[in-house]
Amino acid sequence: MMMPRRLFPSTLLAGAAVALASNAQATELTVYTAVESDDLQKYAERFNAAHPDIEINWVRDSTGVITARLLAEKDNPQADVIWGLAATSLLVLEEEGMLERYAPAGVENLDPKFVDVAYRDGEDPAWVGMDAWVAAICYNTIEGERQGVPMPTSWEDLTQPEFEGHVIMPNPNSSGTGYLDVASWLQLWEEDQGWDYMDRLHNNIARYTHSGSAPCSLAATGETVVGVSFAFRGARLKSQGAPIEVIFPEEGLGWDMEAAAIVAGTDKQEAAQTLMDWAISREANELYNEGYAVVAYPGVAQPIENYPSDITDRMIDADFQWAAVNRERVLAEWQRRYDGKTEQ
Amino acid sequence: MIAESFVKSATKPSLESLNRLLALLAGVALLVVGLLFPLVTMLIKSLQDRAGDFIGLANFAHYFQTPALVNSIANSLRVALMTTGVVVGLAFLCAYGITRTCMPGKRLFRMLAILPILAPSLLPAISLVYLFGNQGFLRDLLAGQSVYGPIGIVMGMSFWIFPHALMLLTTALTNSDARLYEAAEALGTPKWRTFLTITLPGVRYGLISCLFVVFTLAITDFGVPKIIGGQFSVLATDVYRQVVGQQNFQMGAVVSVILLLPAVLSFIVDRWIQRRQVAQLSARAVPWQPSPSPLRDWIFTLLCYAVAGAIVLVIGTAVYASLVQFWPYNLSITFEHYTFQGMADGGWGAWFNSLKLAFSVALVGTLVIFFNAWLIEKSEGFRPLRQGLHFMAMLPMAVPGMVLGLAYIFFFNQAGNPFNWLYGTLTILVLNTLVHFYTVCHLTSVTALKQLDPEFEAVGASLKVPFWTTFCRVTLPVSLPAVLDISVYLFVNAMTTVSAVVFLYNSDTRLASVAVLHLDEAGYFASAAAMAVLIFLTSLVVKLLHTALTHVLLNNAQRWRHAC
Repeated sequence: MMMPRRLFPSTLLAGAAVALASNAQATELTVYTAVESDDLQKYAERFNAAHPDIEINWVRDSTGVITARLLAEKDNPQADVIWGLAATSLLVLEEEGMLERYAPAGVENLDPKFVDVAYRDGEDPAWVGMDAWVAAICYNTIEGERQGVPMPTSWEDLTQPEFEGHVIMPNPNSSGTGYLDVASWLQLWEEDQGWDYMDRLHNNIARYTHSGSAPCSLAATGETVVGVSFAFRGARLKSQGAPIEVIFPEEGLGWDMEAAAIVAGTDKQEAAQTLMDWAISREANELYNEGYAVVAYPGVAQPIENYPSDITDRMIDADFQWAAVNRERVLAEWQRRYDGKTEQ
Repeated sequence: MIAESFVKSATKPSLESLNRLLALLAGVALLVVGLLFPLVTMLIKSLQDRAGDFIGLANFAHYFQTPALVNSIANSLRVALMTTGVVVGLAFLCAYGITRTCMPGKRLFRMLAILPILAPSLLPAISLVYLFGNQGFLRDLLAGQSVYGPIGIVMGMSFWIFPHALMLLTTALTNSDARLYEAAEALGTPKWRTFLTITLPGVRYGLISCLFVVFTLAITDFGVPKIIGGQFSVLATDVYRQVVGQQNFQMGAVVSVILLLPAVLSFIVDRWIQRRQVAQLSARAVPWQPSPSPLRDWIFTLLCYAVAGAIVLVIGTAVYASLVQFWPYNLSITFEHYTFQGMADGGWGAWFNSLKLAFSVALVGTLVIFFNAWLIEKSEGFRPLRQGLHFMAMLPMAVPGMVLGLAYIFFFNQAGNPFNWLYGTLTILVLNTLVHFYTVCHLTSVTALKQLDPEFEAVGASLKVPFWTTFCRVTLPVSLPAVLDISVYLFVNAMTTVSAVVFLYNSDTRLASVAVLHLDEAGYFASAAAMAVLIFLTSLVVKLLHTALTHVLLNNAQRWRHAC
């Protein structure tokens, strides 16, 4: 460590002591995340304001890539902490025994539906939620008017004849958002009705995309009128100047949560636990609330731009366990119904 | 087999053949560790269930019972064949124009034609949407067909594969023996007959290699189908769907095995052709010089510049996209997308990482690949080793980047792997990129080396000069244009590659090409275009330096070649 020589000896000593102390504690944590890259710096800065002695090294990619990478690294994990990955992904990792159970200080303050169900049975939770990530429709107002496609208000609207060829949604076999949509329709209605709905919707779909935010981005640039996507991306694009409305269909909203967990086998337990403690704090939840309307800490969430104020009531009673257990079966059925046809 | 060849050569023990053997073994070891072991680790997964237990061919049985998956085979073949037809047809005509006619503006055309290789594959995808998407300037040209599907895939792939084909075919057409053409002329042979009996047979090896390279590049490409392919699924996007969408590594491995088949086929054909190939540029050859022929020259000029125009249009569109405030609703021009606000570290850090990677790969890769190719082509003995090395050099072409990237995780990150320390470093990115782009460099080296008469080596040996002296004093200088081509090829590919490194970069080694993908996914299309343009400009500067250098070389040290 280089110290400037011209300082007074006492300052120098004190400085050296601080440097030594922080040197002894300075820990680098490798954190895997799917948090939007425009927000990462902010997350690290806020955390470092409280804990300057822990340095975060981010590895950020889309949910699917990060999950695949974690699973592939299973035998020799590189990550210390996961901060900001879909709970449905963490359920997969937990099943593989890759998460370390830990109850962060203050976990009892969180809304119970944001904490691993094992916590209710008296175990330490394997993961804790941060915020909810809600399904929504992005509707391009300019193209809608030009092409005579009315603004939808419900999922059912999207099956109407005037929407034919104007709807884009993510392929659930490629995208977590796509599976979130399918799983929530199957939970919202009974399974038979859910499939019946998707049969009718399929007739109107222009195409299925590989990425979950693509449908909304495509609606924002007028490539399609309606994109089935998620609220966060829609709200962001709208504030960038896209002529879109973010629509929250009236039947109910599917959702997943972003969550945090410690990766089993990390040799940086203490720092990892410090990060987890902070990640569920009130302060952290205020941070999440800057981008997400629904957060894990009750009473923190302030209404934010482009989201309805009653969004919590409109979120469906999502059963993540059901979604995880039935995933393979549902995806195979979806593929059989809609993916088998070759495009001419 | 190794022992056997060693014993054979040991009957004439010499320091020279020992060194040759060591060099060969080093080359083999590099590809065994950097390619074969990771690939085998990955492929074993195709025979396992999710828990890792051996289940034989059950995954394959399941694959062939799922129509949605099997359909992709036909889809892939269809777009790959169409792309091959378009690309090889155009590239052959253009390469012929460059090497065998006196069309004006050759240097400018070569410069323009190579441009697509300098751009990340997201660039044509972004441009095609601006050009032919629902809001595109030229959407009427598609007559109601959607660009999101086979049409868009073939256009996008043709754009980025064209320079690869042009590079191989130009090398193949560059060297020719004027004596044959003089003889044909003296005998009054018609032009078309000269073409069929002299020109085509002369480039046969290069042409067939080129067909297979283009076909395998097209069938394994992931970037273009992912962005512009809509729901038209091909094998490469199926790998993505299985691995990234469903974390089903086993099924991903099955699809990868099916994707590997073209490489095996390509290798067999390659060996078969090679047995018939004779050195064309013999030590006595006289370089052929085209003489002006106005009609022919103008036809080729028009054709070449039509191709160049399309290329410039696509790139120009991307530059425009990076400057527009919010397309298509706010068309005011701004530079603010070049500040990369959607990125945590501003984006320029990623650009610098890419630069480091590209320089490392270009330097290390060129030396290693050309030297290995030379060992394969110009060595006596150690036949099994040389063949094994050649086979492994052909293989990377057929391995989709994503498969290679995942294979690296599985292999290098195993507990107890002695190479584990590489994981997460820039070195592993260098190794991965070098291996990923090995084949085209290898083929370029081989094509260049094949055209050198083996007599050079024979003379060297009879003068009792060690083989590395012949290599450094004769082979390397004579092949310098090809060597420079290879280094630039590696540089630009390292700048633009995405699919393999997306699994391997670390917090301090994030790359610009990955940033393009992230910005695009986050809906910052203009910033994504800006980053793509930045990568493109970086590669362009390097390419311009390369052209200047090659020009000086050709004028000074390579006078024996011809210049029209």
